[in-house]
Amino acid sequence: MKKLGIMVMTGLLLLILSAVFFAGCAKEDKEEVTEQDKVTITWWALSAGGGDESRERLRLKVIEDFEAQNPNVEVELTMLENEAFKQKIQVAVQAGAPPDLFHSWGGGVMVEYAEAGQLRDITGFVKSDLSKIVGIGALGVYGYDGKYYGSPYDMGAVGMWYNKAIFEEIGASVPKTWPELLAVIKKAKAAGYIPIALGGGDKWPAHFWWVYLAMRIGGQDAFNAAYGGSGSFKDPTFVKAGEMLLELAALEPFQTGFLGATYDDQAALMGNGKAAMELMGQWAPATEASNSDTGDGIGDDLGWFSFPAVPGGTGKNTDVMGGGNGYVVGKDAPDETLDLLKFFLQKEYNIELIDVEGIIPVAKGAEEALEGTLNSVIAEAVAGAGYYQLYYDQFLPPAVGEAVKDAVVALLAGQASPAQAAAMVDDAWQMEK
Amino acid sequence: MTWVSPGHIPSTVEDEGRHYIMKPLTAKGKASFQKHATILFLVAPAFILFTTFVVLPVLQSGYYSLFQWKGLGPLNNFQGVGNFIRAFKDRIFRIALYNNVKIVIFSLIIQLPLAFSFALLVARKKYTGSVFFRGLYFFPYVMAEIVIGIIWRFIYHPQHGLPTLFSQWFTADKMEIGLLGDTNLAFWAIFIVVCWKYIGFHMILYIAGLQGVPEELEDAAVIDGASKVQVVFHIIIPSIRNTIIISVFLCIVGSFNLFDIVWAMGQGGPVHSTETLVTYLYNFGFKRFAFGYGSAIAVIIFLICLVFNLFYQKYIVGEAQK
Repeated sequence: MKKLGIMVMTGLLLLILSAVFFAGCAKEDKEEVTEQDKVTITWWALSAGGGDESRERLRLKVIEDFEAQNPNVEVELTMLENEAFKQKIQVAVQAGAPPDLFHSWGGGVMVEYAEAGQLRDITGFVKSDLSKIVGIGALGVYGYDGKYYGSPYDMGAVGMWYNKAIFEEIGASVPKTWPELLAVIKKAKAAGYIPIALGGGDKWPAHFWWVYLAMRIGGQDAFNAAYGGSGSFKDPTFVKAGEMLLELAALEPFQTGFLGATYDDQAALMGNGKAAMELMGQWAPATEASNSDTGDGIGDDLGWFSFPAVPGGTGKNTDVMGGGNGYVVGKDAPDETLDLLKFFLQKEYNIELIDVEGIIPVAKGAEEALEGTLNSVIAEAVAGAGYYQLYYDQFLPPAVGEAVKDAVVALLAGQASPAQAAAMVDDAWQMEK
Repeated sequence: MTWVSPGHIPSTVEDEGRHYIMKPLTAKGKASFQKHATILFLVAPAFILFTTFVVLPVLQSGYYSLFQWKGLGPLNNFQGVGNFIRAFKDRIFRIALYNNVKIVIFSLIIQLPLAFSFALLVARKKYTGSVFFRGLYFFPYVMAEIVIGIIWRFIYHPQHGLPTLFSQWFTADKMEIGLLGDTNLAFWAIFIVVCWKYIGFHMILYIAGLQGVPEELEDAAVIDGASKVQVVFHIIIPSIRNTIIISVFLCIVGSFNLFDIVWAMGQGGPVHSTETLVTYLYNFGFKRFAFGYGSAIAVIIFLICLVFNLFYQKYIVGEAQK
């Protein structure tokens, strides 16, 4: 009888559990009925990490303003740290339930999502509304095959950041060409400075060097040929880029142990005035400051110049590699999501983002707020670029992007020849095409 | 579970238990029915959970591993065993496998003997401070792997880390040493950290084992004229044989699943020199959106552990219990 008692008890317990479970479901249903006319928009954005809440505060303000104007809309904001976001969004998209509005860098990953039908095609809205606020060139990064899926709010450039005080001390001027850059490196090294800081362990800072060299050597045509199929990543341009990078590496311009260093290590060397130069995007000053001992970086000593020209190269010195941040729209997003995106992109907020996130604004008219800052130089470079290349690791499909980064690091470690590195990239590309 | 079959005459040659089960519904049979129903009832929740969250995902990744699949959209590019062939043809996969084997071997010959010697030193309260050192050696194990990885990144920091600091004592010039940036040394730098973390854990296992060895046994051996070395090899080690078997097992399986520390200290780099099977899975499965291929790697890791486990259970654990 005792056993029977246990069985009855277990049965009861299960009943109670399931009752609780179904009661939970029922309750949710009920709520939906009463708030049927209310539209909910889910929004996933990137946080700065390290407990800095300024990005969240700004977005909450945007939401408050937006909800005040649209009483039937409720926006649910989720702030995620960079790496956590990358993992969570992958799971959400695979489950077929992407958020309505979420962070994206455009390019290859976005294309994967779009091809799987997980993004909403907002081409009409981009042409009718967004293109009046944001330049069509910047919007292009969030488009593919003539269709648009979102918009950037930040679009910058990768370039050479340098320490003016060190340059002055060693008597160097801003190098315009590759040989001049090599000469500056020799001088800086002789004076006991680290000529170039590089976080090779994170790989992506290293791949900038190879990509920029290829851009200066072969220009847009070389990339288009490889990308379009009439050429390949084994073409002379990409091999030459490897050779020139080895020429640089032979001078040992990087800090000791750079192959194991992170981007934060790189930023710390610049922010503490130990290194003379780094090749990095528009966010560099902010990251240098937060990684420096003083918390302020090198302040006014920081300067910027565009990647030097390669003698005999067909790429123009105004060609720019860069990228930024933006949002794309999930497949099931309600129409109000588009209004929210447009609302977020207005000039006023875009200007605030300059301080909060260190962005290069994309909203028309917002660039005036940059005047007198270093970022205005970058904004000019972006605006004046005849050929704007999104970073390879974002533009190309993820498998190829990873291959590029691996190839460049192998090259710098002396474990692959320029031809082998180019072949590594091309093999991945041919497999993916 | 055919405990009742009407009209079936129970076989008499069956062993006791089976015989009992096959009996028709007598008073005793009824009790047995209830007993089995209760067992079923109580086992069911755990069984369902285990099947849903362990068995099904394993089978699922086995299925995915046969496709080329980006993790999005339908599974339509059937590859058969293509992913597995690709893995074994890949030089980097072989590096990862080789690294794992190296970790297993060197863990067995360095980590476990060290853990055992520490255990001998601190297990008995013979020496003052043995409790303190017990806590000290065990401390790294308490910290999360990812935290340890980050801390040791600072310790190995090329510009202001410990190796660089030590080098200053021997050379006049400040010589910078970047262990994690060196393709030959990074593996060993990480291996030291792995040992540092897990020695404490194995030491605790051995201490627990040693507490089951009566001190009188050792004393008796000493009275019989055994040297200290003889006591260790002929009394202590045979007495804690079962503990050693478990410790070796955990060490090997743990080595094959090593991820967090390696990831935090260099993501398998520089140039894949510290790649393990699991970091390889992450780098080449997740990061490249190659979920079919990643699943194949997961299946390989699973099979390695399964085969090893079966072998170990049968020949080592089984033998020990005889």
